[in-house]
Amino acid sequence: MIELDRITLGYEGRTLVKQASAHFQAGQLTALIGRNGTGKSTLLRAIIGLGGLTEGSIRIAGKALETITPPQIAREIAFVTTERVRIANLRCRDVVALGRAPYTNWIGHMQEEDRRIVEQALERVGMIDYLDRTMDRMSDGECQRVMIARALAQQTPIMLLDEPTSFLDLPGRYELADLLGRLAHEEQKCILFSTHELDIAEQLCDSIALIDTPQLHHLPIEQMRQSGLIERLFRTTRNR
Amino acid sequence: MKSRTSLLFILLGLLLIALFAIDMVVGKVAISVGDLWGALCGSDQLDPSTLLIIRSIRLVKALVAIAAGAALAVSGLQMQTLFRNPLAGPFVLGISSGASLGVALLLLGAPLLGLQASTLFSSFGLAGAAWIGSALVLLLIASVSRRIKDIMVILILGMMLSSGIDAVVQILQYLSNEGALKSFVIWTMGSLGDVTTTQLWLLLLALCGGLILAVAAIKPLNLLLLGEQYARTMGLSIRRARLLIFLSTILLAGTVTAFCGPVGFIGLAVPHLARLLFRQADHRVLLPASALTGSCVLLLCDIISKWFTLPINTITALMGIPIVVWVVIRHKNIA
Repeated sequence: MIELDRITLGYEGRTLVKQASAHFQAGQLTALIGRNGTGKSTLLRAIIGLGGLTEGSIRIAGKALETITPPQIAREIAFVTTERVRIANLRCRDVVALGRAPYTNWIGHMQEEDRRIVEQALERVGMIDYLDRTMDRMSDGECQRVMIARALAQQTPIMLLDEPTSFLDLPGRYELADLLGRLAHEEQKCILFSTHELDIAEQLCDSIALIDTPQLHHLPIEQMRQSGLIERLFRTTRNR
Repeated sequence: MKSRTSLLFILLGLLLIALFAIDMVVGKVAISVGDLWGALCGSDQLDPSTLLIIRSIRLVKALVAIAAGAALAVSGLQMQTLFRNPLAGPFVLGISSGASLGVALLLLGAPLLGLQASTLFSSFGLAGAAWIGSALVLLLIASVSRRIKDIMVILILGMMLSSGIDAVVQILQYLSNEGALKSFVIWTMGSLGDVTTTQLWLLLLALCGGLILAVAAIKPLNLLLLGEQYARTMGLSIRRARLLIFLSTILLAGTVTAFCGPVGFIGLAVPHLARLLFRQADHRVLLPASALTGSCVLLLCDIISKWFTLPINTITALMGIPIVVWVVIRHKNIA
Protein backbone atom coordinates (compact mmCIF):
# COMPACT_ATOMS: atom_id res chain seq x y z
CA MET A 1 0.00 0.00 0.00
CA ILE A 2 2.76 2.44 0.95
CA GLU A 3 6.05 2.01 -0.90
CA LEU A 4 9.04 4.09 0.07
CA ASP A 5 11.79 3.98 -2.55
CA ARG A 6 15.20 5.28 -1.44
CA ILE A 7 13.71 8.32 0.27
CA THR A 8 15.67 11.02 2.04
CA LEU A 9 13.87 13.17 4.59
CA GLY A 10 14.99 16.42 6.11
CA TYR A 11 14.69 20.16 6.47
CA GLU A 12 17.08 22.96 5.56
CA GLY A 13 20.34 21.04 5.53
CA ARG A 14 19.36 18.67 8.32
CA THR A 15 18.97 15.10 7.10
CA LEU A 16 16.82 12.83 9.24
CA VAL A 17 16.48 9.68 7.17
CA LYS A 18 18.72 8.81 4.26
CA GLN A 19 18.08 6.52 1.26
CA ALA A 20 15.46 4.49 3.08
CA SER A 21 13.20 1.93 1.40
CA ALA A 22 10.26 0.13 2.94
CA HIS A 23 6.93 -1.41 2.03
CA PHE A 24 3.90 -1.22 4.31
CA GLN A 25 1.18 -3.70 3.38
CA ALA A 26 -2.59 -3.83 3.70
CA GLY A 27 -3.90 -5.70 6.71
CA GLN A 28 -0.88 -4.85 8.83
CA LEU A 29 -0.48 -2.73 11.95
CA THR A 30 2.97 -1.19 12.06
CA ALA A 31 4.49 0.78 14.93
CA LEU A 32 6.98 3.48 14.03
CA ILE A 33 9.55 3.88 16.79
CA GLY A 34 12.68 5.94 17.30
CA ARG A 35 14.19 8.49 19.63
CA ASN A 36 12.83 12.03 19.89
CA GLY A 37 13.63 14.23 16.91
CA THR A 38 14.67 11.38 14.62
CA GLY A 39 11.95 12.06 12.06
CA LYS A 40 8.95 9.91 12.97
CA SER A 41 6.48 12.75 12.41
CA THR A 42 8.38 13.90 9.34
CA LEU A 43 8.08 10.44 7.80
CA LEU A 44 4.32 10.35 8.43
CA ARG A 45 3.90 13.87 7.05
CA ALA A 46 5.97 13.01 3.97
CA ILE A 47 3.78 9.98 3.24
CA ILE A 48 0.66 12.17 3.12
CA GLY A 49 2.40 14.81 1.03
CA LEU A 50 2.86 17.54 3.64
CA GLY A 51 6.55 17.99 2.82
CA GLY A 52 9.92 16.92 4.16
CA LEU A 53 10.78 14.62 1.24
CA THR A 54 14.03 15.72 -0.41
CA GLU A 55 14.95 12.64 -2.49
CA GLY A 56 13.41 9.39 -3.64
CA SER A 57 9.78 8.55 -4.31
CA ILE A 58 6.71 7.47 -2.37
CA ARG A 59 3.99 5.38 -3.98
CA ILE A 60 0.49 5.14 -2.53
CA ALA A 61 -1.60 2.19 -3.76
CA GLY A 62 0.66 1.96 -6.80
CA LYS A 63 0.48 5.64 -7.74
CA ALA A 64 3.34 8.13 -7.34
CA LEU A 65 2.50 10.59 -4.55
CA GLU A 66 3.24 13.70 -6.61
CA THR A 67 0.70 12.69 -9.26
CA ILE A 68 -2.20 12.43 -6.75
CA THR A 69 -4.30 15.52 -5.98
CA PRO A 70 -5.20 16.45 -2.37
CA PRO A 71 -8.83 15.27 -2.76
CA GLN A 72 -7.59 11.90 -4.08
CA ILE A 73 -5.08 11.56 -1.24
CA ALA A 74 -7.92 12.25 1.22
CA ARG A 75 -9.69 9.13 -0.06
CA GLU A 76 -6.53 7.02 0.30
CA ILE A 77 -4.99 8.21 3.58
CA ALA A 78 -6.43 9.51 6.84
CA PHE A 79 -4.10 11.25 9.27
CA VAL A 80 -4.32 11.92 13.00
CA THR A 81 -1.71 14.47 14.13
CA THR A 82 -0.41 15.30 17.60
CA GLU A 83 -2.05 18.72 17.36
CA ARG A 84 -4.58 19.35 20.11
CA VAL A 85 -7.83 20.51 18.58
CA ARG A 86 -10.42 22.04 20.89
CA ILE A 87 -13.10 24.12 19.27
CA ALA A 88 -15.87 25.58 21.38
CA ASN A 89 -19.39 24.68 20.21
CA LEU A 90 -18.10 21.97 17.89
CA ARG A 91 -19.94 18.74 18.64
CA CYS A 92 -18.38 15.30 18.38
CA ARG A 93 -20.70 14.42 15.51
CA ASP A 94 -19.62 17.58 13.64
CA VAL A 95 -15.92 16.76 14.04
CA VAL A 96 -16.37 13.20 12.82
CA ALA A 97 -18.63 14.47 10.02
CA LEU A 98 -15.68 16.52 8.72
CA GLY A 99 -14.06 13.17 7.92
CA ARG A 100 -16.78 12.72 5.28
CA ALA A 101 -15.57 15.88 3.49
CA PRO A 102 -13.87 13.99 0.62
CA TYR A 103 -17.24 12.44 -0.25
CA THR A 104 -19.79 15.21 0.42
CA ASN A 105 -20.95 17.92 -2.00
CA TRP A 106 -19.77 21.54 -2.28
CA ILE A 107 -21.44 22.67 0.95
CA GLY A 108 -20.76 19.44 2.88
CA HIS A 109 -24.31 18.07 2.92
CA MET A 110 -24.57 14.82 4.88
CA GLN A 111 -26.61 11.97 3.40
CA GLU A 112 -28.26 9.30 5.56
CA GLU A 113 -25.36 6.98 4.69
CA ASP A 114 -22.79 9.57 5.86
CA ARG A 115 -24.59 9.94 9.21
CA ARG A 116 -24.57 6.19 9.68
CA ILE A 117 -20.81 6.06 8.99
CA VAL A 118 -20.21 8.86 11.51
CA GLU A 119 -22.13 7.00 14.21
CA GLN A 120 -20.33 3.73 13.43
CA ALA A 121 -16.97 5.47 13.70
CA LEU A 122 -17.85 6.92 17.11
CA GLU A 123 -19.16 3.51 18.16
CA ARG A 124 -15.86 1.87 17.24
CA VAL A 125 -13.81 4.22 19.44
CA GLY A 126 -16.34 3.88 22.26
CA MET A 127 -17.56 7.48 22.09
CA ILE A 128 -21.10 7.00 20.80
CA ASP A 129 -22.56 8.51 23.99
CA TYR A 130 -20.67 11.73 23.25
CA LEU A 131 -22.44 12.47 19.92
CA ASP A 132 -23.76 15.85 21.03
CA ARG A 133 -21.04 16.74 23.53
CA THR A 134 -18.95 19.79 22.54
CA MET A 135 -15.18 19.52 22.35
CA ASP A 136 -14.47 22.15 25.01
CA ARG A 137 -16.10 19.85 27.55
CA MET A 138 -14.01 16.76 26.91
CA SER A 139 -10.72 15.44 28.25
CA ASP A 140 -7.58 15.21 26.10
CA GLY A 141 -8.00 11.46 25.75
CA GLU A 142 -11.63 11.83 24.67
CA CYS A 143 -10.69 14.47 22.08
CA GLN A 144 -8.01 12.10 20.80
CA ARG A 145 -10.54 9.30 20.34
CA VAL A 146 -12.90 11.64 18.49
CA MET A 147 -10.10 12.64 16.13
CA ILE A 148 -9.45 8.95 15.48
CA ALA A 149 -13.17 8.43 14.79
CA ARG A 150 -12.92 11.29 12.30
CA ALA A 151 -10.08 9.47 10.54
CA LEU A 152 -12.20 6.28 10.50
CA ALA A 153 -15.13 8.13 8.95
CA GLN A 154 -12.82 9.09 6.10
CA GLN A 155 -12.95 5.36 5.14
CA THR A 156 -9.47 5.18 3.72
CA PRO A 157 -7.41 2.03 3.09
CA ILE A 158 -4.45 3.71 4.84
CA MET A 159 -4.35 5.34 8.28
CA LEU A 160 -1.41 7.28 9.71
CA LEU A 161 -1.41 8.29 13.38
CA ASP A 162 1.21 10.41 15.08
CA GLU A 163 1.57 9.30 18.70
CA PRO A 164 -2.11 8.43 19.09
CA THR A 165 -1.59 6.96 22.56
CA SER A 166 0.06 10.01 24.09
CA PHE A 167 -3.01 11.48 25.82
CA LEU A 168 -4.41 8.15 26.99
CA ASP A 169 -4.01 6.31 30.29
CA LEU A 170 -2.41 2.85 30.35
CA PRO A 171 -5.57 0.76 29.73
CA GLY A 172 -6.61 3.33 27.12
CA ARG A 173 -3.32 2.86 25.28
CA TYR A 174 -3.75 -0.90 25.06
CA GLU A 175 -7.40 -0.54 24.04
CA LEU A 176 -6.45 1.84 21.26
CA ALA A 177 -3.63 -0.34 19.93
CA ASP A 178 -5.99 -3.30 20.08
CA LEU A 179 -8.60 -1.34 18.11
CA LEU A 180 -6.02 -0.36 15.48
CA GLY A 181 -4.98 -4.01 15.20
CA ARG A 182 -8.58 -5.14 14.67
CA LEU A 183 -9.11 -2.42 12.03
CA ALA A 184 -5.99 -3.54 10.20
CA HIS A 185 -6.88 -7.22 10.30
CA GLU A 186 -10.67 -7.11 9.88
CA GLU A 187 -10.88 -4.32 7.31
CA GLN A 188 -7.55 -4.95 5.62
CA LYS A 189 -6.33 -1.43 6.37
CA CYS A 190 -2.68 -0.46 6.28
CA ILE A 191 -2.06 1.32 9.60
CA LEU A 192 1.16 3.03 10.59
CA PHE A 193 1.47 4.83 13.92
CA SER A 194 4.38 6.42 15.72
CA THR A 195 4.80 5.66 19.41
CA HIS A 196 7.18 5.59 22.34
CA GLU A 197 5.45 2.56 23.88
CA LEU A 198 7.86 -0.27 23.12
CA ASP A 199 5.71 -2.81 25.00
CA ILE A 200 2.66 -2.00 22.88
CA ALA A 201 4.72 -2.08 19.72
CA GLU A 202 6.16 -5.50 20.53
CA GLN A 203 2.96 -7.07 21.85
CA LEU A 204 0.23 -5.81 19.56
CA CYS A 205 1.77 -4.90 16.20
CA ASP A 206 2.52 -7.01 13.14
CA SER A 207 5.70 -5.19 12.26
CA ILE A 208 7.93 -2.43 13.53
CA ALA A 209 9.56 0.38 11.61
CA LEU A 210 12.52 1.74 13.51
CA ILE A 211 14.42 4.92 12.76
CA ASP A 212 18.08 4.51 13.67
CA THR A 213 19.38 7.81 12.28
CA PRO A 214 19.83 8.01 9.35
CA GLN A 215 18.52 4.53 8.61
CA LEU A 216 14.98 3.17 8.59
CA HIS A 217 14.53 -0.52 9.38
CA HIS A 218 11.20 -2.20 8.75
CA LEU A 219 10.89 -5.80 9.89
CA PRO A 220 8.13 -8.19 10.98
CA ILE A 221 7.81 -8.30 14.74
CA GLU A 222 9.75 -11.57 15.31
CA GLN A 223 12.70 -10.56 13.17
CA MET A 224 12.77 -7.10 14.74
CA ARG A 225 12.94 -8.67 18.22
CA GLN A 226 15.78 -10.97 17.25
CA SER A 227 17.71 -8.29 15.40
CA GLY A 228 18.68 -6.53 18.62
CA LEU A 229 18.03 -3.16 16.96
CA ILE A 230 15.54 -2.07 19.61
CA GLU A 231 17.93 -2.83 22.46
CA ARG A 232 20.74 -1.07 20.71
CA LEU A 233 18.67 2.05 20.20
CA PHE A 234 16.82 2.33 23.49
CA ARG A 235 18.79 0.45 26.09
CA THR A 236 22.41 1.25 25.39
CA THR A 237 22.33 4.54 27.21
CA ARG A 238 21.15 2.85 30.39
CA ASN A 239 23.92 0.24 30.40
CA ARG A 240 26.67 2.70 29.71
CA MET B 1 -30.93 21.66 18.41
CA LYS B 2 -32.47 22.07 14.96
CA SER B 3 -35.54 23.75 16.43
CA ARG B 4 -33.43 26.13 18.52
CA THR B 5 -31.57 27.20 15.36
CA SER B 6 -34.75 27.76 13.33
CA LEU B 7 -36.39 29.62 16.21
CA LEU B 8 -33.41 31.93 16.54
CA PHE B 9 -33.41 32.63 12.79
CA ILE B 10 -37.12 33.53 12.92
CA LEU B 11 -36.63 35.76 15.98
CA LEU B 12 -33.65 37.52 14.41
CA GLY B 13 -35.61 38.00 11.20
CA LEU B 14 -38.48 39.64 13.12
CA LEU B 15 -35.98 41.76 15.07
CA LEU B 16 -34.43 42.89 11.78
CA ILE B 17 -37.84 44.01 10.45
CA ALA B 18 -38.63 45.84 13.69
CA LEU B 19 -35.25 47.59 13.80
CA PHE B 20 -35.60 48.50 10.13
CA ALA B 21 -38.95 50.17 10.82
CA ILE B 22 -37.59 52.00 13.89
CA ASP B 23 -34.55 53.15 11.92
CA MET B 24 -36.85 54.57 9.25
CA VAL B 25 -39.02 56.60 11.65
CA VAL B 26 -36.24 57.88 13.92
CA GLY B 27 -34.41 61.02 12.85
CA LYS B 28 -34.43 64.79 12.82
CA VAL B 29 -37.78 64.81 11.01
CA ALA B 30 -40.37 62.68 12.80
CA ILE B 31 -42.18 60.31 10.50
CA SER B 32 -45.25 58.32 11.50
CA VAL B 33 -45.48 54.57 10.95
CA GLY B 34 -48.48 55.20 8.71
CA ASP B 35 -46.51 57.56 6.47
CA LEU B 36 -43.67 55.04 6.36
CA TRP B 37 -46.00 52.24 5.29
CA GLY B 38 -47.57 54.47 2.67
CA ALA B 39 -44.24 55.58 1.22
CA LEU B 40 -42.90 52.04 1.01
CA CYS B 41 -46.10 50.77 -0.61
CA GLY B 42 -45.86 53.39 -3.32
CA SER B 43 -48.69 55.67 -2.19
CA ASP B 44 -48.54 59.14 -3.79
CA GLN B 45 -50.89 60.78 -1.28
CA LEU B 46 -48.00 61.87 0.94
CA ASP B 47 -46.21 65.16 1.33
CA PRO B 48 -43.44 65.15 -1.35
CA SER B 49 -40.73 66.16 1.15
CA THR B 50 -41.66 63.28 3.49
CA LEU B 51 -41.61 60.96 0.52
CA LEU B 52 -38.16 62.23 -0.44
CA ILE B 53 -36.80 61.79 3.09
CA ILE B 54 -38.13 58.26 3.32
CA ARG B 55 -37.26 56.99 -0.12
CA SER B 56 -33.95 58.66 -0.95
CA ILE B 57 -32.43 59.25 2.48
CA ARG B 58 -33.70 56.94 5.20
CA LEU B 59 -34.38 53.91 3.02
CA VAL B 60 -30.94 54.10 1.42
CA LYS B 61 -29.26 54.52 4.80
CA ALA B 62 -31.18 51.64 6.38
CA LEU B 63 -30.36 49.37 3.44
CA VAL B 64 -26.69 50.38 3.71
CA ALA B 65 -26.76 49.50 7.44
CA ILE B 66 -28.31 46.08 6.73
CA ALA B 67 -25.89 45.28 3.91
CA ALA B 68 -22.78 46.65 5.64
CA GLY B 69 -23.57 44.92 8.94
CA ALA B 70 -23.99 41.57 7.21
CA ALA B 71 -20.86 42.04 5.09
CA LEU B 72 -18.57 43.05 7.97
CA ALA B 73 -19.84 40.23 10.20
CA VAL B 74 -19.35 37.59 7.50
CA SER B 75 -15.84 38.73 6.62
CA GLY B 76 -14.96 38.90 10.33
CA LEU B 77 -16.20 35.32 10.77
CA GLN B 78 -14.08 34.18 7.81
CA MET B 79 -10.96 35.85 9.22
CA GLN B 80 -11.52 34.36 12.69
CA THR B 81 -11.81 30.86 11.27
CA LEU B 82 -8.98 31.21 8.75
CA PHE B 83 -6.54 32.51 11.36
CA ARG B 84 -8.05 30.42 14.21
CA ASN B 85 -7.92 33.59 16.25
CA PRO B 86 -10.88 35.05 18.16
CA LEU B 87 -9.40 38.54 17.91
CA ALA B 88 -9.20 38.55 14.12
CA GLY B 89 -11.60 40.81 12.26
CA PRO B 90 -12.16 42.00 8.69
CA PHE B 91 -9.35 44.54 9.00
CA VAL B 92 -6.49 42.33 10.28
CA LEU B 93 -4.98 42.07 6.83
CA GLY B 94 -4.78 45.83 6.36
CA ILE B 95 -8.01 46.49 4.45
CA SER B 96 -8.91 49.58 6.44
CA SER B 97 -5.33 50.84 6.34
CA GLY B 98 -5.20 50.39 2.59
CA ALA B 99 -8.52 52.20 2.24
CA SER B 100 -7.42 55.04 4.50
CA LEU B 101 -4.21 55.42 2.48
CA GLY B 102 -6.30 55.71 -0.70
CA VAL B 103 -8.55 58.31 0.91
CA ALA B 104 -5.62 60.13 2.50
CA LEU B 105 -3.85 60.38 -0.85
CA LEU B 106 -7.01 61.83 -2.36
CA LEU B 107 -8.01 64.20 0.47
CA LEU B 108 -4.60 65.09 1.86
CA GLY B 109 -2.04 64.20 -0.82
CA ALA B 110 -3.75 65.91 -3.76
CA PRO B 111 -3.86 69.40 -2.10
CA LEU B 112 -0.21 68.97 -1.10
CA LEU B 113 0.67 68.51 -4.74
CA GLY B 114 -1.31 71.62 -5.57
CA LEU B 115 -4.18 69.76 -7.21
CA GLN B 116 -7.72 70.89 -6.53
CA ALA B 117 -9.52 68.20 -4.56
CA SER B 118 -12.84 69.17 -6.09
CA THR B 119 -11.65 68.40 -9.62
CA LEU B 120 -10.79 64.89 -8.50
CA PHE B 121 -14.15 64.47 -6.80
CA SER B 122 -16.32 62.61 -9.15
CA SER B 123 -19.15 60.81 -7.43
CA PHE B 124 -16.98 57.72 -6.96
CA GLY B 125 -13.72 59.52 -6.15
CA LEU B 126 -13.58 58.85 -2.42
CA ALA B 127 -15.05 55.36 -2.54
CA GLY B 128 -12.94 54.46 -5.57
CA ALA B 129 -9.71 55.59 -3.91
CA ALA B 130 -10.56 53.66 -0.75
CA TRP B 131 -11.54 50.54 -2.65
CA ILE B 132 -8.39 50.56 -4.78
CA GLY B 133 -6.27 51.06 -1.65
CA SER B 134 -7.78 48.13 0.22
CA ALA B 135 -7.83 45.85 -2.83
CA LEU B 136 -4.14 46.52 -3.53
CA VAL B 137 -3.19 45.71 0.06
CA LEU B 138 -5.15 42.48 0.05
CA LEU B 139 -3.86 41.40 -3.36
CA LEU B 140 -0.34 41.99 -2.07
CA ILE B 141 -1.05 39.80 0.98
CA ALA B 142 -2.74 37.16 -1.19
CA SER B 143 0.21 36.98 -3.61
CA VAL B 144 2.73 36.73 -0.77
CA SER B 145 0.60 34.10 0.98
CA ARG B 146 1.01 31.70 -1.95
CA ARG B 147 4.62 31.19 -0.85
CA ILE B 148 3.98 31.10 2.90
CA LYS B 149 2.89 27.90 4.58
CA ASP B 150 2.20 29.10 8.10
CA ILE B 151 -1.01 31.11 8.32
CA MET B 152 0.26 32.90 11.46
CA VAL B 153 3.09 34.44 9.41
CA ILE B 154 0.48 35.89 7.06
CA LEU B 155 -1.43 37.33 10.02
CA ILE B 156 1.72 39.02 11.33
CA LEU B 157 2.64 40.31 7.85
CA GLY B 158 -0.86 41.75 7.47
CA MET B 159 -0.69 43.53 10.82
CA MET B 160 2.81 44.90 10.12
CA LEU B 161 1.76 46.07 6.67
CA SER B 162 -1.24 47.92 8.07
CA SER B 163 0.90 49.55 10.78
CA GLY B 164 3.36 50.65 8.10
CA ILE B 165 0.59 52.11 5.97
CA ASP B 166 -0.88 53.88 9.01
CA ALA B 167 2.49 55.54 9.54
CA VAL B 168 2.49 56.84 5.96
CA VAL B 169 -1.05 58.14 6.49
CA GLN B 170 0.10 59.92 9.65
CA ILE B 171 2.87 61.64 7.70
CA LEU B 172 0.27 62.86 5.21
CA GLN B 173 -1.93 64.07 8.09
CA TYR B 174 0.98 65.88 9.71
CA LEU B 175 1.76 67.76 6.50
CA SER B 176 -1.83 68.69 5.65
CA ASN B 177 -3.81 71.83 6.29
CA GLU B 178 -6.70 71.91 8.75
CA GLY B 179 -9.55 71.75 6.24
CA ALA B 180 -8.26 68.66 4.46
CA LEU B 181 -7.34 67.08 7.79
CA LYS B 182 -10.84 67.50 9.17
CA SER B 183 -12.52 65.91 6.17
CA PHE B 184 -10.11 62.99 6.48
CA VAL B 185 -10.71 62.54 10.22
CA ILE B 186 -14.47 62.62 9.64
CA TRP B 187 -14.07 59.87 7.01
CA THR B 188 -12.25 57.70 9.57
CA MET B 189 -15.23 58.02 11.94
CA GLY B 190 -17.42 56.20 9.47
CA SER B 191 -20.78 57.14 8.03
CA LEU B 192 -23.67 55.16 6.65
CA GLY B 193 -25.36 58.22 5.19
CA ASP B 194 -22.98 59.28 2.42
CA VAL B 195 -24.11 56.66 -0.07
CA THR B 196 -26.19 57.90 -3.01
CA THR B 197 -28.93 55.82 -4.63
CA THR B 198 -26.70 54.95 -7.61
CA GLN B 199 -23.84 54.01 -5.30
CA LEU B 200 -26.22 51.82 -3.30
CA TRP B 201 -26.72 49.56 -6.30
CA LEU B 202 -22.97 49.25 -6.78
CA LEU B 203 -22.55 48.52 -3.07
CA LEU B 204 -25.26 45.86 -3.08
CA LEU B 205 -23.87 44.24 -6.24
CA ALA B 206 -20.33 43.99 -4.80
CA LEU B 207 -21.63 42.65 -1.48
CA CYS B 208 -23.76 40.02 -3.25
CA GLY B 209 -20.63 38.88 -5.09
CA GLY B 210 -18.73 38.73 -1.80
CA LEU B 211 -21.51 36.79 -0.09
CA ILE B 212 -21.67 34.26 -2.95
CA LEU B 213 -17.93 33.66 -2.55
CA ALA B 214 -18.41 33.38 1.22
CA VAL B 215 -21.11 30.74 0.75
CA ALA B 216 -18.78 28.87 -1.61
CA ALA B 217 -16.19 29.01 1.20
CA ILE B 218 -18.48 27.35 3.79
CA LYS B 219 -17.09 23.82 3.40
CA PRO B 220 -13.43 25.00 3.33
CA LEU B 221 -14.12 27.10 6.45
CA ASN B 222 -15.58 24.10 8.28
CA LEU B 223 -12.49 22.06 7.42
CA LEU B 224 -10.23 24.95 8.48
CA LEU B 225 -11.73 24.78 11.98
CA LEU B 226 -9.29 21.92 12.60
CA GLY B 227 -6.36 23.94 11.19
CA GLU B 228 -4.77 24.04 7.76
CA GLN B 229 -2.83 20.80 8.26
CA TYR B 230 -5.92 18.73 9.02
CA ALA B 231 -7.87 20.54 6.31
CA ARG B 232 -5.26 19.47 3.76
CA THR B 233 -5.38 15.84 4.80
CA MET B 234 -9.14 15.93 4.25
CA GLY B 235 -8.63 17.03 0.66
CA LEU B 236 -8.77 20.82 0.87
CA SER B 237 -6.59 22.84 -1.49
CA ILE B 238 -5.27 25.45 0.93
CA ARG B 239 -4.20 27.88 -1.80
CA ARG B 240 -7.60 27.89 -3.42
CA ALA B 241 -9.39 28.22 -0.08
CA ARG B 242 -7.24 31.18 0.99
CA LEU B 243 -7.75 32.91 -2.37
CA LEU B 244 -11.52 32.40 -2.17
CA ILE B 245 -11.64 33.85 1.35
CA PHE B 246 -9.36 36.79 0.48
CA LEU B 247 -11.41 37.71 -2.60
CA SER B 248 -14.60 37.51 -0.56
CA THR B 249 -13.01 39.81 2.04
CA ILE B 250 -12.02 42.40 -0.59
CA LEU B 251 -15.57 42.45 -1.93
CA LEU B 252 -17.24 42.53 1.50
CA ALA B 253 -15.05 44.52 3.88
CA GLY B 254 -13.25 46.46 1.14
CA THR B 255 -16.48 47.71 -0.41
CA VAL B 256 -18.10 48.61 2.91
CA THR B 257 -14.97 50.52 3.96
CA ALA B 258 -14.91 52.32 0.62
CA PHE B 259 -18.47 53.62 0.98
CA CYS B 260 -18.87 53.93 4.76
CA GLY B 261 -15.35 54.38 6.11
CA PRO B 262 -13.66 51.97 8.50
CA VAL B 263 -16.65 50.83 10.61
CA GLY B 264 -15.03 49.09 13.56
CA PHE B 265 -15.95 46.25 15.92
CA ILE B 266 -18.94 44.87 13.98
CA GLY B 267 -16.72 42.34 12.21
CA LEU B 268 -14.94 41.41 15.41
CA ALA B 269 -17.86 41.27 17.86
CA VAL B 270 -20.79 39.97 15.82
CA PRO B 271 -19.42 36.48 15.00
CA HIS B 272 -18.91 35.96 18.76
CA LEU B 273 -22.46 37.10 19.41
CA ALA B 274 -23.71 34.66 16.76
CA ARG B 275 -21.71 31.79 18.32
CA LEU B 276 -23.09 32.69 21.72
CA LEU B 277 -26.69 32.75 20.48
CA PHE B 278 -26.61 29.70 18.21
CA ARG B 279 -23.99 27.61 20.10
CA GLN B 280 -22.77 26.21 16.79
CA ALA B 281 -19.42 26.04 15.04
CA ASP B 282 -20.77 24.84 11.68
CA HIS B 283 -20.46 27.65 9.13
CA ARG B 284 -23.64 26.53 7.39
CA VAL B 285 -25.38 27.98 10.46
CA LEU B 286 -22.81 30.52 11.63
CA LEU B 287 -22.49 32.34 8.31
CA PRO B 288 -26.17 33.28 7.84
CA ALA B 289 -26.43 33.78 11.61
CA SER B 290 -23.53 36.26 11.61
CA ALA B 291 -24.96 38.06 8.58
CA LEU B 292 -28.39 38.46 10.17
CA THR B 293 -26.97 39.45 13.58
CA GLY B 294 -24.62 41.92 11.88
CA SER B 295 -27.51 43.61 10.08
CA CYS B 296 -29.49 43.90 13.32
CA VAL B 297 -26.54 45.25 15.31
CA LEU B 298 -25.58 47.87 12.73
CA LEU B 299 -29.21 49.01 12.40
CA LEU B 300 -29.34 49.35 16.19
CA CYS B 301 -26.07 51.31 16.15
CA ASP B 302 -27.49 53.59 13.45
CA ILE B 303 -30.63 54.24 15.52
CA ILE B 304 -28.52 55.08 18.60
CA SER B 305 -26.18 57.28 16.58
CA LYS B 306 -29.20 59.22 15.29
CA TRP B 307 -30.53 59.73 18.82
CA PHE B 308 -27.25 61.17 20.03
CA THR B 309 -26.15 62.56 16.63
CA LEU B 310 -22.74 60.92 16.99
CA PRO B 311 -20.57 59.24 14.33
CA ILE B 312 -21.40 55.56 13.76
CA ASN B 313 -17.90 54.36 14.69
CA THR B 314 -18.15 55.66 18.24
CA ILE B 315 -21.37 53.70 18.72
CA THR B 316 -20.12 50.45 17.17
CA ALA B 317 -17.05 50.61 19.41
CA LEU B 318 -19.07 51.31 22.57
CA MET B 319 -21.48 48.47 21.68
CA GLY B 320 -18.82 46.05 20.43
CA ILE B 321 -16.24 46.31 23.20
CA PRO B 322 -18.52 45.01 26.00
CA ILE B 323 -19.57 42.07 23.78
CA VAL B 324 -15.96 41.09 23.11
CA VAL B 325 -14.97 41.52 26.77
CA TRP B 326 -17.97 39.49 27.92
CA VAL B 327 -17.32 36.68 25.43
CA VAL B 328 -13.61 36.52 26.24
CA ILE B 329 -14.25 36.36 29.98
CA ARG B 330 -17.12 33.88 29.81
CA HIS B 331 -15.54 31.47 27.38
CA LYS B 332 -11.86 31.00 27.66
CA ASN B 333 -11.84 28.59 24.74
CA ILE B 334 -13.12 30.61 21.84
CA ALA B 335 -12.21 29.91 18.27
